[in-house]
Amino acid sequence: MALEQTHVRRAAHLARLDVSDDQASDFVDDLSQILAMVDQLQSVDTEGVDPLYHPLDATQRLRADEVTEADQRERFQRCAPAVEDGLYLVPRVVE
Amino acid sequence: MSDHTVTSLAAALKNGDASSRELTSDYLKRIERAEPTLNSFISVTAEQALAGADAADKARAEGRGGYLTGVPLALKDNFCTQGVKTTCGSKMLDNFIAPYSATLVEKLDAAGSISLGKTNMDEFAMGSSSESSFYGAIKNPWDLSAVPGGSSGGSAAAVAAGLVPAAMGTDTGGSIRQPAAFCGITGLKPTYGRVSRYGIIAYASSLDQAGPMARTAEDCAHLMTAIAGHDARDSTSADRAVPDYAGELDAPLAGLKIGLPQEYFGDGLDPEVESAVRDAVKVFEALGATVRDVSLPHTRYATSAYYVIAPAEASSNLSRFDGVRFGHRCDTPDDLLDLYQRSRAEGFGDEVKRRILIGTHTLSEGFFDAYYTKAQRVRRLIRQDFLDAYNEVDVLMGPTSPTPAFNLGAQKDPLSMYLQDIYTIAVNLAGIPAISVPAGLSNGRPVGLQILGSHFAEAQLLNVAHRFQQATDWHQQRPAFAKEIV
Repeated sequence: MALEQTHVRRAAHLARLDVSDDQASDFVDDLSQILAMVDQLQSVDTEGVDPLYHPLDATQRLRADEVTEADQRERFQRCAPAVEDGLYLVPRVVE
Repeated sequence: MSDHTVTSLAAALKNGDASSRELTSDYLKRIERAEPTLNSFISVTAEQALAGADAADKARAEGRGGYLTGVPLALKDNFCTQGVKTTCGSKMLDNFIAPYSATLVEKLDAAGSISLGKTNMDEFAMGSSSESSFYGAIKNPWDLSAVPGGSSGGSAAAVAAGLVPAAMGTDTGGSIRQPAAFCGITGLKPTYGRVSRYGIIAYASSLDQAGPMARTAEDCAHLMTAIAGHDARDSTSADRAVPDYAGELDAPLAGLKIGLPQEYFGDGLDPEVESAVRDAVKVFEALGATVRDVSLPHTRYATSAYYVIAPAEASSNLSRFDGVRFGHRCDTPDDLLDLYQRSRAEGFGDEVKRRILIGTHTLSEGFFDAYYTKAQRVRRLIRQDFLDAYNEVDVLMGPTSPTPAFNLGAQKDPLSMYLQDIYTIAVNLAGIPAISVPAGLSNGRPVGLQILGSHFAEAQLLNVAHRFQQATDWHQQRPAFAKEIV
């Protein structure tokens, strides 16, 4: 599956990553090489083989629906770039 | 100081032959002298360390304290450490003071060990040479023109140079074992789920695992006892008892069945590495083990599967770095989209961007089944290879890396760097444990023997590695650099 600049542009947009035109063409070269290696997977017969999403085949553990954490908003917001009155500040979204 | 081990320091502290303050001060001096050359630390936390050392000495004087009380060590900079800058080697987190500690850090604190600082690493643990750190490349103490391996290169270099007796690392595709091999130390990647991932900055969540890096298997056993165990805060943490790792070190190896995967001795393996590994296997035969060839036929697809699965998980994990709640934020964003896009473009380095883009692409509509689902099917086949092999043998052995440490700047493109990990990646895909132990030198650069075990067989791996270290002295070799620091 050949990779084109439009694929890199689409991925960059989905990943919210600002990529210049020069960088995009470098990434096309790098990612094409990597995906060429990855394409070796297509030669493996995986008929009837289930995907392995977790190395120990474990399933999500459930716990009782109880409050176990205290409110530590102030402490956790200390590492935020911009906060006010306990809220995270971002540029205006709705005019 | 460079000859000390965790075990020897613990004995000295217990017998009153040394205080933690003396040891901590001595190691801090070594760090100060070595760091302008090595660059193995991102942060040195001298003040906290000395305060911790005094508390440890007081605890010992009052008859409290355990095996590790007062023993200095270091943490890779992807373990969140409350009140301490935790960067993951990235500009993105250059301003991040962790508001809480990883479970591993809490467990080591409870055991009384003293962290001297946070070690340098490949950015977001993505790399095999430690050259992708925002804080600059690290040098290998055995040869300053060589890389220390990666991504836990700072932890490995610091231990090899005797700046700390041990350090903690993480391993997603070889990031404990390969730098351990390149720096001539011992590094254990435990079974997936054996050590809690809570508070470790995530790279690929179904592959990440933390473990000890030290001079000896005996040291790793004592450190594993402190860090292993179930943690309700990590949903994939294994809920099973932690064995007495140190208690099983001396078990005899007579009758041990060793398998040599033929795929680990193929094209691309450096002849001197191969001969060192084969010599190591003979040592085990002399200790009463039997050796046979085995096959792991899907090994050749491991790198391909890894470079779908790891970037896919990374692209998801790294979406949290959005310039809003923590980490780098760009100046004067036009709007919210601009804030996200420029904060991420400025905060992440090229290798991180590459993996985010691969992961986003392979997970996107139209490509998901062909890449992601296919890679997870192949992953099951890779794990089955190991399960089949462990029906025939107890442990597998081979090289940790196809070559000794390569030179700084030697891997010119991403793909040639990725292929450095051909012997380590399958272990993470299968979730099994593996340990790298020093087994020789090639032109003055260390060679690592990798020993692979079945799920939760860490005690056996440590036993096998310890018996090897009782019979050989490769782990006692020191680089000239370590001896020159006074």
